[in-house]
Amino acid sequence: MKVRIKFAKCGVMKFIGHLDMMRYFQKAMRRADIDIAFTEGFSPHMIMSFALPLGVGVTSSGEYVDIEMRTPLSSAEAVRRLNSVMVEGVKVLSFRRIEEGKASKAMSLVAAADYTVSFRDGTALPKNWEDRVPEFLALKQINVLKKTKKSEKEENIRPLIYRMDASAGAVHMTVAAGSAANLKPELVMEALASFLTCEFPKHCLLIHRDELYADLGEDERTLVSLEDLGEEIGT
Amino acid sequence: MRTLALDETILLEVDKPARYIGNEVNAVMKDRHSVDVRFCMCFPDVYEIGMSHLGIQILYDMFNRRSDVWCERVYSPWTDLDRIMRRDNIPLFALESQDPVKEFDFLGITLQYEMCYTNILQVLELSQIPLEASGRGEDCPIVIGGGPCTYNPEPLADFFDMFYIGEGETVYDALIDLYKECKRQRRGRREFLLAAAALPGIYVPSLYDVTYHEDGTIASFTPNQPGVPAKIEKQIVMDLDRAPYPENPVVPFIKATQDRVVLEIQRGCIRGCRFCQAGMLYRPTRERNVDMLKKMADAMLRSTGHEEISLSSLSSSDYSQLEELVTYLIEECGKKGVNISLPSLRIDAFSLDVMSKVQDVRKSSLTFAPEAGSQRLRDVINKGLTEDVILKGAGDAFSGGWNKVKLYFMLGLPTETEEDQKEIAHLAEKIAERYYEIPKDQRNGKCQITVSTSFFVPKPFTPFQWAPMCTKDDFLGRARTVNHEIKEQLNRKSIRYHWHEADVTVLEGLLARGDRRVGAVLLEAYRRGALYDAWSETFHNELWEQALDAAGIDLAFYTSRSRSTDEILPWDFIDIGVDKAFLKREWEKAQKEQITPNCRSRCAGCGASCYKGGVCFESKN
Repeated sequence: MKVRIKFAKCGVMKFIGHLDMMRYFQKAMRRADIDIAFTEGFSPHMIMSFALPLGVGVTSSGEYVDIEMRTPLSSAEAVRRLNSVMVEGVKVLSFRRIEEGKASKAMSLVAAADYTVSFRDGTALPKNWEDRVPEFLALKQINVLKKTKKSEKEENIRPLIYRMDASAGAVHMTVAAGSAANLKPELVMEALASFLTCEFPKHCLLIHRDELYADLGEDERTLVSLEDLGEEIGT
Repeated sequence: MRTLALDETILLEVDKPARYIGNEVNAVMKDRHSVDVRFCMCFPDVYEIGMSHLGIQILYDMFNRRSDVWCERVYSPWTDLDRIMRRDNIPLFALESQDPVKEFDFLGITLQYEMCYTNILQVLELSQIPLEASGRGEDCPIVIGGGPCTYNPEPLADFFDMFYIGEGETVYDALIDLYKECKRQRRGRREFLLAAAALPGIYVPSLYDVTYHEDGTIASFTPNQPGVPAKIEKQIVMDLDRAPYPENPVVPFIKATQDRVVLEIQRGCIRGCRFCQAGMLYRPTRERNVDMLKKMADAMLRSTGHEEISLSSLSSSDYSQLEELVTYLIEECGKKGVNISLPSLRIDAFSLDVMSKVQDVRKSSLTFAPEAGSQRLRDVINKGLTEDVILKGAGDAFSGGWNKVKLYFMLGLPTETEEDQKEIAHLAEKIAERYYEIPKDQRNGKCQITVSTSFFVPKPFTPFQWAPMCTKDDFLGRARTVNHEIKEQLNRKSIRYHWHEADVTVLEGLLARGDRRVGAVLLEAYRRGALYDAWSETFHNELWEQALDAAGIDLAFYTSRSRSTDEILPWDFIDIGVDKAFLKREWEKAQKEQITPNCRSRCAGCGASCYKGGVCFESKN
């Protein structure tokens, strides 16, 4: 049985990187006595895959990991068991059955993500900056320098921003995410700063990932949260 | 939620911020107001190294079982954070509460190897505790050292308030109770130290005076207060089955060097290798009960979620219930997809059978530690391993499918000749020849033999404690001899050779057998920027050379000088149970190339039977 686990990562856990979170979850599965399936071979490892890496320093309430179970377990019991072995800052939110098959893997489904970006206390911001966000979004082209390991190239990120608004001192956005196209919220904020002709000091952004979505639309984008693709497992 | 000691912007700047945030699985949180004593346990190296250490996990668990004590952890900040903390004047903090170390009652520092000594000074300085014990006031924690290097604590005497000589499970309760009582009676620091000095195993260096002869050797070593014992007796646990063992060890988020459950199966070693300090210090050999170990293994795997378990001991093959334990682990771990690692196993039919079950033969390598190349020198060091046994073991392993072998040797051993050095190369060659005896269609490509040599450092409380150590150039010359000999051989392409760095080894020798005056070198080196000397990328020999000059210390006096067996050695005030007469006998037998049988074959009368247990009384039970 394939299962999707949704969890939140906050507080000091923001300093734990993606690879270490994978290790953390492998150990947590054992502590919670979740009967997870293993690969074959001399050094078997758990069948487990994360939807989308989360950078160090970023918090989230929409993280996903898919696992394969050997024996079924009810959602309520699994969530209870897992949360009894979590550290402060990691909370399991749901445990749902998903469809079999490669196509249903979280990693290949991710198409978009919601982020909330706020500012560390004391960050100096231009006056009425929130009012100018719609103006920013109305731009046809937003060119930024995208750095890869090998090169730097200018890219128009506007098509990758699906929604963006600002209120109560924070920016909310839905942007492209996943293997096909991925936009980091830091890059959006960098472009916004340049549009506002200001600079955001290093580490002043507090980034929170709210949700991850699959795109089920054929022609028009239809975002459905990864959680909603699963169904609760009864006792 | 806890408030972190470091600002988030700092944590985002430094490498691996997980080193500094605590919050790990099984980390113990308590209310600071509900405890009487706060103990901060330190491993003076980086987090990933420190978190791999079993001793701290044992003591952390033991202290925290007491409701009146909260034990927390601290490690050396890596150099990036070190710079920031100095720049911003941020006090070093404990991981659990994130409170400054200076607010604790005790700062306990484990001394596992000499080359971490500058990190001790770093931890003290970043904690804003005066480096020298004499400068500490009532607002400072009691700084206490423990671990193997306390068997010669003298180079560190100036920096510690006290040392605990022996295994931590025995006297700490009494020490904590005494501390509480002193605190209740509002007695000061000096009074507590004086009272603690009366506890067995506790050494308070400020209560002893040392005088020297004109030639630099020690003339006297005496207590300077009435009631302070002249000899400090090593403390050890005689009933390991009743001693606490951590069922819930702390699980780091980042990959530690030892990222697995560690099951300590015994303490001590019956073998009596003459270079080995641990083999003498932890006498007599004591085993843990196999049923208890099985239960512990289950409990620890459950509480940590680790995917690997490892046995820990000086010589696992000598554990009498090994077969039963390993059979159980293979069965249980197989069900749970847990890997087993079996270090320090002698290569024989049993261990090859076990290893072929728990590891991928094609990928793994077999390790032999002949320590010396020739049989003559192996007799000198009392390493009871013959060439026949090594070649038989390697041959069996090759037939079993292995084709990688690692060989560990030491260079610069007492009485070592050029011929002994060349024999290292010859032994590797014979192993290679053994491999190529296998018909081509039955073997798995070429064999890979890796020869590693470390340089020998004479250690206190070993029969070689009087031996002169080689100089740096002498060491490197010996390594070149081995290297040259290997390159001359037919199978040179199947043999790789690595040797250890010589300059750091010489300093290790200085600190291992130094006296109180060596503390000045340490301080000078630290002041000049020496830190993380155990790491080759951060070790700077020139800082130590400058420090030796500045402190006016003659390196040769401490390292390459031959010591007389009549000389008062800096560590003579410690009684480890094994008596000096035995060590002398062994030193003489070494020079006559005579071997001494292991403890189970025949008692050599080392003196450790005074502890009334362990292997000394096995056959008498």
